[in-house]
Amino acid sequence: MTESSRTPWPRDDLTRVPYWVYDAPEVYRQEQESIYFGPVWNYLGLEAEIPQSGDYKTTFVGDMPVVVTRAADGGVHAFENRCAHRGALLALKNKGRAKDFVCVYHAWRHDCEGNLLNATFSRGVNGEGGMPSDFDRAHYGPRKLRVTTLCGLIFGTLSDETPPIEEYIGEPVLARLKRVLHKPLRIYGTYNQVLPNNWKLYFENVKDTYHSSLLHTFFATFKVSRLSQGGGVIVSESGGNHVSYSLTHQGGEDSEFDKERLRANQEEQFTLQDKSVLNIVDEFGDGCHVQILSVFPGFVLQAIHNSLAIRHIQPKGTEETHLIWNLIGFEDDDEQMQVTRMKHANLVGPAGFVSMEDGAVGGFVQRGSAGSPNESTVVLMGGSSTETSTSRASENSIRGFWKQYRQLVSL
Amino acid sequence: MNPDLIERTRLSASLGYMMEDYVRAIDTDDLERWPDFFEPDCIYKVTSRENVEAGLPFGVIYADSRAMLQDRVKSLRDANIYEGQSYRHLIGRPWVTQVDGETVRAETSFMVVRIMRDGQSTLFATGVYQDVLRVTPEAIRLRERIVVCDSSRVDTLMALPL
Repeated sequence: MTESSRTPWPRDDLTRVPYWVYDAPEVYRQEQESIYFGPVWNYLGLEAEIPQSGDYKTTFVGDMPVVVTRAADGGVHAFENRCAHRGALLALKNKGRAKDFVCVYHAWRHDCEGNLLNATFSRGVNGEGGMPSDFDRAHYGPRKLRVTTLCGLIFGTLSDETPPIEEYIGEPVLARLKRVLHKPLRIYGTYNQVLPNNWKLYFENVKDTYHSSLLHTFFATFKVSRLSQGGGVIVSESGGNHVSYSLTHQGGEDSEFDKERLRANQEEQFTLQDKSVLNIVDEFGDGCHVQILSVFPGFVLQAIHNSLAIRHIQPKGTEETHLIWNLIGFEDDDEQMQVTRMKHANLVGPAGFVSMEDGAVGGFVQRGSAGSPNESTVVLMGGSSTETSTSRASENSIRGFWKQYRQLVSL
Repeated sequence: MNPDLIERTRLSASLGYMMEDYVRAIDTDDLERWPDFFEPDCIYKVTSRENVEAGLPFGVIYADSRAMLQDRVKSLRDANIYEGQSYRHLIGRPWVTQVDGETVRAETSFMVVRIMRDGQSTLFATGVYQDVLRVTPEAIRLRERIVVCDSSRVDTLMALPL
């Protein structure tokens, strides 16, 4: 569909989202420019991934490949993973340790902060060839990102306008982030879940508290998580960051579910033979055992029971998204806690009892809406508000996402 | 051939017979039989070479009892939502790495094609089963199966076990 033939999207409407935003190539291109290169903090990784000087990892900011390093002074740096000469990748591994980054193509050498140190034979060979005399290597380094760290997380931005990370996240969401990431982190495992859908469908899914006990019937069947249990949704003023949390359910029948005659309540009750997967350690001491937090445009922090994880949402074209999971804990976890976290990790991820459906449901929307680019998805639960809400039967945080999105991307 | 090699080859054939039955249970949607290939006290883990080489203990699935595997089957049948799909496992010959009384360690390569309801067939996973087995005249059962996938990528979701 061409830009001119698509249905316009009323400027102030967050309760309808036209399906063309999920598959139009020009929208994807505009997002690269307006979002990832714009005034946002892009999640780059964990400090624990690059603990020593010289350690590096590679990642992406939108489509742009990025190297994240720890320099000799211990500081964290990030620069585009592209030699400014001919555009080849500078780092060819997911992770490693390096004194410098030498492009394999023509051996241009860079330091760990992304400065070009040497352009090979720039003065020519035997007095012939070489770069023009006014060649200044200071202008031929890879693009650098401004980097900030917070609670062991690394974020980077390409815009001078991006406010400090604390301000960007916003106080109420920041407090819930610090609640979880309150001491040195440890990485337990990683994997990449490839989602067959546009990145926005996944980010909406993360912010969608309405679906959780309806699509995911594992918890519901055990009466662990219900919309009627205590909790809430906090949306940042920008709209793009959110946290949803629920308090421990008191157990017993859930009359709200019975009224709606839902699938989960009509089936026979099934009980787990090994209940250890549900044994929770109240590690934050506040009785809150499910919290999902997101920071626009690509960061998710999960604390589901004792399974803690970072999920990094990486767009890969209009209809594919990589979700990079890092399962984490704390440096001072004892062996028992490690086993508890490993068991609770069964609840989430591509094989998660609770949330395996999230891997597929974005694809259901992508395929379901393929013939209706000019129709719109409905985001009306809870009205048109993008405010913090005590009800999880609302879509405030999804509208919040579109609020920040539309501020950045003019469509 | 030396006697040790003959013994290992024989053992490999026995393990292979059991493993063919294991993948048949999954590929023919007879999942209720899958936990029976394990000892009651067992480890089943699905992880990747990347995690194993980095010394990272977590993967995609972790169970430390047969009961947890039975729960997984029950959950797949009654709670989880996923599109109709099946697997076709192809497995290599078990390579016996250690024999210690009735405890045998072996490594077996696998390839899994996933067939979706619309007929789309894709190479879903390749890797190696790193097993600790209890071999008795009555039965061969898994005490530990670490499924080490060659790739850290999982497409969409991993509903059925490997």
